[in-house]
Amino acid sequence: MGLVQEIDYGTPASKSENMVTITVDGFDVTVPEGTSVMRASMEAGISIPKLCATDMVDAFGSCRLCLVEIEGRNGTPSSCTTPVVPGMVVHTQTGRLKDLRRGVMELYISDHPLDCLTCAANGDCELQDMAGAVGLRDVRYGYDGENHVFAKTRGALNDSVANIRYMPKDESNPYFTYDPSKCIVCSRCVRACEEVQGTFALTIEGRGFDSRVSPGMHQNFLESECVSCGACVQACPTGTLVEKSVIEIGVPERSVVTTCAYCGVGCSFKAEMRGDELVRMVPYKDGKANRGHSCVKGRFAYGYASHKERILNPMIREKITDPWREVTWEEAFAHVASEFRRIQYQYGREAIGGITSSRCTNEETYLVQKLIRQGFRNNNVDTCARVCHSPTGYGLGQAFGTSAGTQDFDSVEHSDVVMVIGANPAAAHPVFASRMKKRLRQGAKLIVIDPRRTEMVKSPHVEAEHHLALRPGTNVAVVTALAHVIVTEGLFDEAFIRERCDWSEFEDYAEFVSDPKRSPEEVEKFTGVPAEEIRGAARLYATGGNGAIYYGLGVTEHSQGSTTVMGIANLAMLTGNIGRKGVGVNPLRGQNNVQGSCDMGSFPHEFPGYRHVSTDAVRETFEKLWGVELSDEPGLRIPNMLDAAVEGSFRGIYIQGEDILQSDPDTKHVSAGLAAMECVVVHDLFLNETARFAHVFLPGSTFLEKDGTFTNAERRINRVRKVMAPKNGLADWEVTQKLAQAMGLDWNYAHPSQVMDEIAATTPSFAKVSYEYLEQMGSVQWPCNEAAPEGTPIVHMDGFVRGKGKFIRTEYVPTDEKTGPRFPLLLTTGRILSQYNVGAQTRRTENVVWHDEDVLEIHPHDAEQRGIREGDWVRLTSRAGETTLRAQITDRVAPGVVYTTFHHPDTQANVITTDFSDWATNCPEYKVTAVQVGPSNGPSEWQRDYQELSRQTRRIAPLEAAE
Amino acid sequence: MIMQAQSTEIATQTRAIVEGLKGLEGPLLPILHEIQEEFGYVPQESLPVIADELNLSNAEVHGVVTFYHDYRRQPAGRHVLKLCQAEACQSMGSDAVADRIKRLLGIGFHETTLDGAVTLEPVYCLGLCACAPAAMLDGEVIGSIDENVIDEIVAEVRK
Repeated sequence: MGLVQEIDYGTPASKSENMVTITVDGFDVTVPEGTSVMRASMEAGISIPKLCATDMVDAFGSCRLCLVEIEGRNGTPSSCTTPVVPGMVVHTQTGRLKDLRRGVMELYISDHPLDCLTCAANGDCELQDMAGAVGLRDVRYGYDGENHVFAKTRGALNDSVANIRYMPKDESNPYFTYDPSKCIVCSRCVRACEEVQGTFALTIEGRGFDSRVSPGMHQNFLESECVSCGACVQACPTGTLVEKSVIEIGVPERSVVTTCAYCGVGCSFKAEMRGDELVRMVPYKDGKANRGHSCVKGRFAYGYASHKERILNPMIREKITDPWREVTWEEAFAHVASEFRRIQYQYGREAIGGITSSRCTNEETYLVQKLIRQGFRNNNVDTCARVCHSPTGYGLGQAFGTSAGTQDFDSVEHSDVVMVIGANPAAAHPVFASRMKKRLRQGAKLIVIDPRRTEMVKSPHVEAEHHLALRPGTNVAVVTALAHVIVTEGLFDEAFIRERCDWSEFEDYAEFVSDPKRSPEEVEKFTGVPAEEIRGAARLYATGGNGAIYYGLGVTEHSQGSTTVMGIANLAMLTGNIGRKGVGVNPLRGQNNVQGSCDMGSFPHEFPGYRHVSTDAVRETFEKLWGVELSDEPGLRIPNMLDAAVEGSFRGIYIQGEDILQSDPDTKHVSAGLAAMECVVVHDLFLNETARFAHVFLPGSTFLEKDGTFTNAERRINRVRKVMAPKNGLADWEVTQKLAQAMGLDWNYAHPSQVMDEIAATTPSFAKVSYEYLEQMGSVQWPCNEAAPEGTPIVHMDGFVRGKGKFIRTEYVPTDEKTGPRFPLLLTTGRILSQYNVGAQTRRTENVVWHDEDVLEIHPHDAEQRGIREGDWVRLTSRAGETTLRAQITDRVAPGVVYTTFHHPDTQANVITTDFSDWATNCPEYKVTAVQVGPSNGPSEWQRDYQELSRQTRRIAPLEAAE
Repeated sequence: MIMQAQSTEIATQTRAIVEGLKGLEGPLLPILHEIQEEFGYVPQESLPVIADELNLSNAEVHGVVTFYHDYRRQPAGRHVLKLCQAEACQSMGSDAVADRIKRLLGIGFHETTLDGAVTLEPVYCLGLCACAPAAMLDGEVIGSIDENVIDEIVAEVRK
């Protein structure tokens, strides 16, 4: 297998279309104008020695190692900063260059420790490689002079005194170390932090020989502004910044390219292995979603895969109060099959169902819905997209005809105005945020619509032109007011609308939004957004060039989520911002495969490819293949399943990789539903919260342990590749298959590729997708079929998928969840960078050093009124329930609004949230809850009881001794 | 509490200075000059305020402040004496001048006398090579330093 070696061209690629030919060491090479001599040489296969250059960042020209001679020019210019000129004749290796390079290298090594054999970077060190490349044989300067290498130095009287230049190793970051004594001050880390990540957490302090890399203001990494994305570690050419896992294990020996299993960005990584031990995850430069970048989760937070709490054996228990009993796989499958059959016999065919996972692969999701449709013979399948982006599917489907984002991530490089609504990509989609920030630093303008002053609103070198800090729950009013301005001020794109949309529908919509009661001045009264801000934002979006909208759960998780999505679609159609690079409507999907799980027919009313179950032709396709008659009635959604369970008509459920008890709203209702069921089967890595109510636990496998595909937010189908054998013995798709076999189904997939072949054969938008094709293409974006053989980076290029774009009236209807004297504040929820979703994975990694508990953000004014100080325990009460957590006083939130995250089970923010939901899709209204906040003495009684209950329901019986 | 009051005061004053200058093109250096003028040094507490106001990272401001030796990180003495240590002055005996002054004042470079009278600093070229060895006392240049001049300087700063 070996390591996947990526060529480092030294400087970024030029995007010019004019080609230039030069001669390097006698070879002709043709490259785009603007390419550096260094990159051109590398293209010709000639590698010029270098230290400060790497192709992820711009040329810097500081190491003086990449010098070349150019005929007709004086001196020895650095090849990284010299652009090619037609006819240029370059020599990369001459006597003069050899001397110079050796001399420079000698100086570097004179202030660098000679501990190569025991250095963690041994074998993976560019300094070492360059010493070899230039033929360094001797360092004449010795180590007695001033240096940064030794903690003690020789004093005037030949005694040993502390070396003031020496800085000890910084081990504060849990994932990597910074050893200043090995630093050659090439600035690669500083530039990576600035140019790639956009955090600007690093600098070079001092000057001359005093120059040192400094996180923050001479702080350690953990205290500084560092977000631990790992870009600096990747950029470091020495052992100065190195992963702790490499220090512990050693350098990797093989690597497999795979796809990250955290958020919907879908970054490509090289999983670098030694034997079956994962040494590190390194972002893959050819990954089209991330282009070689990463965040703290994907890069470092994989420790959960080998966490001690991971369950590796199937378990059964009669009652949820019993301890778990470990059983064989066969026993577990037989038990589930007989229980499900018994329940269906007793209560009817509709009495069982299942939930697919947005964390699992497309193939696994497809199999779970197939099991339910073919094996259970009903449509009782749903997925966690219900609670996040179901309004996106519905809203965009109605307006455009496809239930997905319109662009690829590269598109943002062509945007002039970016509007971010109800999303905080810097925390939840950090790699995309970095790419967006890069564009913003180039001059694109930013509009943020969010109740909270997120990192996107203001962070170094990024500042939103307009921040519309609306009251939670008033999205529709604000979005419609934007349309009001665009229509009444005549800023709409008439040619686009006439050509691509239905003009009479536009006229109807224009009349609707023009109503003075939808003007910014009117909506200001209840949204809290100054009318001038709305007008300014509307004008900027409509007239500022390519306008792109990115939105998140702050849009969808409302009682009017679907309406807001349609309102957003209307904005794009009004301004003609759809169907080309740099524009579009882009949902930022939360989970790695939430797009895929929706595509794969996880909804109770849809077969794979968003085709309604009542469509005869589609049912026929599957009936012929699966050999059973399929139900044409939509099945139950998650909330309906729980309702039916409480009523007594729904008795069994198979839940793959989702923790509905923690992630779904109104925890008490969820637990009542689960408790009412007779056979709850949880298929997961850990005994999650839902598993407390389970009768059967099937251990799951991680993304490292299986083959498959994930589909990210840009509809990109990325390969997930197995890098190690499943620790639990079976990949998730095998578990579902064996369960299906136990239920009497004739399934014989030998590999997930065969599942993908079945998907391609039955689903037109996937027609050309196969593992072989993905191998060849790297990745493709659906639709990928005869009409679009290379996939579709941007949809609706030559017309909307549904024919004409549809304008839909977006009447603002205030949510029923209202503040009043008892609950005067509005709670809204979100995420933070280091934790992911319910935290099942990230809480089991070192990421807890950044966020070990959920806190309540509250405005100083509200805090003062209630006598709350920073760090105090506070009680958070809503109509649904109460919990306690610590307060953080900040003006990031407006007065009247409080904010928290839902990463930790002992806070259980969803005890607070209500069961209001989107009118069209039942997506819960997580983002608006009327609450009261008051001082508290500590965790509530409920939370203490919960700890005990949690322990009780997670007991595993010790194995009986063998006879 | 006094410490705290002081640092809030510094932050407030810094913000006022930044407000006045942030419209300039490349405002960071002028702001730092103005702050040094105001406080006699660049207080650490000023840096995050500057970063916030200019929308820079803390690291960037730190990088700039530490790059320029003229930005003082602690309050100086009542007088600041800079002795040129560049090539021309060295060739004219600036080392001996520096040694003598250090001995007379009882401090080294980058140090301030215990009574807070004077801070001694090296400087690399005052452009007075024709009158080397040269020095600068509180912004006034002094050329052709010999023992008499040294005594005069020391007497002046001790006043």
